[in-house]
Amino acid sequence: MTELVAESPDSPVSPAGLHPTSPTAIEVPSAGRSLFGDAWARLKGNRAAMFSLFYIIAMALVCIIGPFFSPHSYSTIYPDYVRMPPSFSPVPKPEMIESSLDETLRRMRVDKKEWHQEGERVFVTVTSAKEIDDRNVRYLDRSDTFDDAKVESKSPDGKEAVFSAAVKQAYFLFGTDNVGRDLLTRTLVAGRISLAIGLLAGFVAVVIGVVYGAAAGFIGGKTDEVMMRIVDVLYSLPFIFFVIMLVVFFGRNFVLMFLAVGAVLWLDMARIVRGQALSIRRQEYVQAAEAMGVSQRGILQRHVIPNLLGPVVIYMTLLVPQVILLESFLSFLGLGVQEPMTSWGVLISAGANNLGSANWMLLFPAFFLVSTLFALNFVGDGLRDALDPKDR
Amino acid sequence: MFFYVLRRLLTAIPTLFVIVTMAFFLIRVAPGGPFNQERGLSPEIKANLEAQFGLSDPLWLQYWNYLKNLMHGNFGPSYNLPDFTVTELFAQGLPISVQLGLTALVLALLVGGTFGIIAALNQNKGADYAVIATATAGSTIPTFVIAPLIQLLFGLTWNLLPIGGWGDGALVNKIGPVLTLALPQMAIVARLMRGSMIESLRSHHIRTARAMGLSDWSVVVKHALRGALLPIVSYAGPAAAALLTGSIIVETIFAIPGVGRYFVQAALNRDYTLVMGTVVVIALFTILFNLIVDILYAVVDPRVRYD
Repeated sequence: MTELVAESPDSPVSPAGLHPTSPTAIEVPSAGRSLFGDAWARLKGNRAAMFSLFYIIAMALVCIIGPFFSPHSYSTIYPDYVRMPPSFSPVPKPEMIESSLDETLRRMRVDKKEWHQEGERVFVTVTSAKEIDDRNVRYLDRSDTFDDAKVESKSPDGKEAVFSAAVKQAYFLFGTDNVGRDLLTRTLVAGRISLAIGLLAGFVAVVIGVVYGAAAGFIGGKTDEVMMRIVDVLYSLPFIFFVIMLVVFFGRNFVLMFLAVGAVLWLDMARIVRGQALSIRRQEYVQAAEAMGVSQRGILQRHVIPNLLGPVVIYMTLLVPQVILLESFLSFLGLGVQEPMTSWGVLISAGANNLGSANWMLLFPAFFLVSTLFALNFVGDGLRDALDPKDR
Repeated sequence: MFFYVLRRLLTAIPTLFVIVTMAFFLIRVAPGGPFNQERGLSPEIKANLEAQFGLSDPLWLQYWNYLKNLMHGNFGPSYNLPDFTVTELFAQGLPISVQLGLTALVLALLVGGTFGIIAALNQNKGADYAVIATATAGSTIPTFVIAPLIQLLFGLTWNLLPIGGWGDGALVNKIGPVLTLALPQMAIVARLMRGSMIESLRSHHIRTARAMGLSDWSVVVKHALRGALLPIVSYAGPAAAALLTGSIIVETIFAIPGVGRYFVQAALNRDYTLVMGTVVVIALFTILFNLIVDILYAVVDPRVRYD
């Protein structure tokens, strides 16, 4: 965007540079506002759009940076903490310690004689018919609940021992999913994927659409006719059939698939750009520029590209939520991102399947997805208002 | 008018032909075949199966045979549901999908239209903002979020509706799917209606009608509404085609035995005939509803004539 501002014809030029030794105090011409400077000023006035813009930026930052600060990895499974409801208090809850301890001792094949907690540490006296191996203490470390396990003392015959272990505290602000993974980290990682796909496929669609549409619009004539008939034919195929065919074709390769999705969504863009290119070419200001002998390149740079960019930018901001939606839809059907990688669609699908037992699995990802879609739509609407020259 | 309809129906044939051809070759280009997934299928049996269904013939012959059968209204057998022909599958599923889709469409048009008119009559007042906000929300929230939320609220929390299933078409089983289908459409219809109604209310004949002292009701319903209906009609055509041919999401989430769920399954299983059948049915519905839209144009707007 900034580059465009610099290139556009009305961008402010330093008056000092123009008149370094101006003898008379000629009034410095007030710098005109460029198309994008103007649009930006108008966008700034639109509170809903600005709030949405900040929301999207915040969402993107949180999704990108958040997982680095999370103590949990998106793929780590905590078998002790399956379907934990969201909570601000740490797990294990006091009443969970004993059951977790019992489970661990069952794996050790020893019997619990007595246990008590002193501050952060638990002390457990265990007995066994056979001599107890010190290495058994590792079972405590392996559990999700305990950490830093030690053998405190052992009876002379080795059949009774005291183990101690620190209680490991973990926070699951969004709860955990149906196999015991931290939902907060997963939602953020999913956000990365969903947003990245939205941008990637949106970008692919825009590039193909702009090149194709501009080519058709500028070459015109028979070529235009043929190119647009091809678009019409592709339009007439059921959209979802097309997408599914591409998924089938590219297999489950994540990046290729979304290049493919982008390759499906370019049709609208091509039509818009072609229409714009055709109409701009016939505008009086282009004819005037031609009459004044401005080169073809100059006309493209000064008149056609800035006027084309408005609709392209608007369409792209509206395309990104469409792509995110499409990706979620495909992932929901099991055709998109594959486990353990995740996207909002995958999480919502899992949430829909665990509705009765863990409704937070649906609610958190759904909120993230819907609020992002909202914000993207508001920004798109705001940009449309800001860039629409008729509306000034 | 009769000749117009006839001409439109005739031009539908080449369109359909192009769609069938493209779909036929696209699905054949995809790697794999209908009998590849099944484990433990010996090469001899697979070859026999393919010979039986004519899949070992050269592709152009298969294409020719498929076209011939299609002309006779025969969609062929389903490869992955071997006891059924594609026609039988549609005979079972399509009435269900059409019923749900039609109900949702009517609901969306009536409710969405009414709210759109209310918003237009109260432009830039509280009611208007409420409708716009709700409609924005409704058209942004995806179906696969609405459907589980309806299940969660009405099915699990309040125990009002069954969570899913068709239940031989019991009314309570239809409420969830119909609502899910209707809500986004309702939102779009409301926004369209608001916009076109505002425009229509500004036109000269409305000013004249008001100046002549007609009642508000008469001005809005008899005069403004008619002009405002055009965008709704042109939106409703493609929307109807999409709704009536079943929704993958709604039929999967609510476990409805319609035709929407066949499409994805069939494409993944390379059930060629079923995929083709679905494509043809969707194309037929689309062409049909586009025709209905154009006829309705002439009915709604007397300036449109097809002679």
